[in-house]
Amino acid sequence: MTSTLTISALTKAYDGLQALSDVSLQVAAGERVALLGHNGAGKSTLMKIILGLIAADAGRISVCGAAPGSHAARAAVAYLPENAAFHPSLTGLEQISHYLRLRGENSAKAMELLGRVGLADAARRRIGTYSKGMRQRVGLAQTLIGNPRLLVLDEPTSGLDPISRRDFYALLDGLAAEGAAILLSSHALTEVEARTDRLLILSGGRLVAQGSLPELRREAALPVVMHLTARNGYAPELMDALPGAIQFGQGLRLNCLQQDKLATLARIAALEGKIADLDVLPPSLEDIYSHFSRRADQ
Amino acid sequence: MIAAVFATTISELHIARRNRWVAIAVALMVVFSLVLAAAGSAATGALGADRLSVTVASLTSLSVYLVPLVALLMSFDAIAGEVERGTLPLLLTYPVSRWEVLLGKLMAHLSILALAIVAGYGAAAVAAIAADPRAAAGLPALWRLTWTSVLLGATFLGVGYSLSSLARRPSGAAGLAIGLWLGLVVLYDLALLAAVVADDGGTFTSRVFPLALLANPADAFRLFNLAASEATAAAAGVGGAAASIPLWQSLSSLLIWPVVALAFATTAFRKVVP
Repeated sequence: MTSTLTISALTKAYDGLQALSDVSLQVAAGERVALLGHNGAGKSTLMKIILGLIAADAGRISVCGAAPGSHAARAAVAYLPENAAFHPSLTGLEQISHYLRLRGENSAKAMELLGRVGLADAARRRIGTYSKGMRQRVGLAQTLIGNPRLLVLDEPTSGLDPISRRDFYALLDGLAAEGAAILLSSHALTEVEARTDRLLILSGGRLVAQGSLPELRREAALPVVMHLTARNGYAPELMDALPGAIQFGQGLRLNCLQQDKLATLARIAALEGKIADLDVLPPSLEDIYSHFSRRADQ
Repeated sequence: MIAAVFATTISELHIARRNRWVAIAVALMVVFSLVLAAAGSAATGALGADRLSVTVASLTSLSVYLVPLVALLMSFDAIAGEVERGTLPLLLTYPVSRWEVLLGKLMAHLSILALAIVAGYGAAAVAAIAADPRAAAGLPALWRLTWTSVLLGATFLGVGYSLSSLARRPSGAAGLAIGLWLGLVVLYDLALLAAVVADDGGTFTSRVFPLALLANPADAFRLFNLAASEATAAAAGVGGAAASIPLWQSLSSLLIWPVVALAFATTAFRKVVP
């Protein structure tokens, strides 16, 4: 698989403060990769270096085979900044026409692009009158110009309502299917979980984990939580039969390791007549994310 | 490359039109030019010059103040505004060079300025020719004034872009622009005159003074127009020095300054980290 974005041993410091240390990663064509991290973890710095807006102190980066910020790299990369901003005096149509011309494309495509992000009706209004979500969609429309081979999206769904988010990820899926590599940062862990192929977790400027969600789940080895609801009066018996269970409210809570999951379920199944209900909760992305970022803090 | 420059020009023209900059610049130039054309009519007979030539001399003095002011007002926001609005990072990820962005803005701002200049001077010319048929003799001087005004405007647009890049905040850039305008256009001449008076015909007056005039784009503009139109007699102050400085020197200053200012603006813009 050819890699659209390759970063090795990237380091960047601001005034002695280490923003990124020894970050290495790859994003392949057609791959959707989510970049997770706290505020200040280095996500925006990493993105700005990939875009060539700021220079790295050390390390190697290749963007579509070119140096970041070179004409060739910029021609192949689309960017959506966090809180996309535009000149308030321009209309959406004028702004997108401008971006089309800057990429050497026909400005007549502007209306179609705005239609794809649901802004056709507002196209002739000044951006100064737009809501935050509408500005975000203007930002999104400009990332669709041309055929970008790499999309760098900083918090792309912030300010979007749930329906717009779904439409947005559908657009991304289409672009990825056409072979674009996508690197996006987000705080909305649940939507990232369902919509990306791979996760990168940055913490304190270091890449503390990367892989698909199942891989990270295995690596984190967080316990599976089981919630049991006892039939009337059977709770004490269940407590005896399942050592380690904790009683809370109407039910019992049992933590077990990934490798003990099936054995535990077998024991629970043997108690069938005494149990009203059972829920098995795998560690959520939130749990996995805090596991890796907390481990890095220590 | 050309497409990228024009893309910026088109957007800047939209912005200037919507922010009323086009209307403001044109109205300012037309009103002031007409006032001068009307005021200049009183003294014509005594000097023996045609009416338009006299108006051109007055317009020269006016443009020295007004053209740099309008140019600075249009340009101070060019870079600092992009930084403050947060539009610069996205712009710089596009396959467009910084000099192309700057050139695109220059073409938009300069064409608006040229439009205002032509409208203002044109109105004055129409007024002068309507009142005095001999005034057509002053048309070459008016044409010279027009293109040199555009050059002067280009210089101060470049200066405005430089200040905008250096200040990085629109409020800071506006302060610098007004300060510079006051310094170069008003205080500079006053300081020179004070020095000439104090020197009383010594080496400063004969050697430093002409160079100091050429070094200032506004003074070079005034020198060139007054000397070329031989309207020195109608102008007071620094204009008196025009006779002693060869025409090619003031013309060179007028031609070199826009290049220097824009080269400096490009350098300053390159140093802006988004």
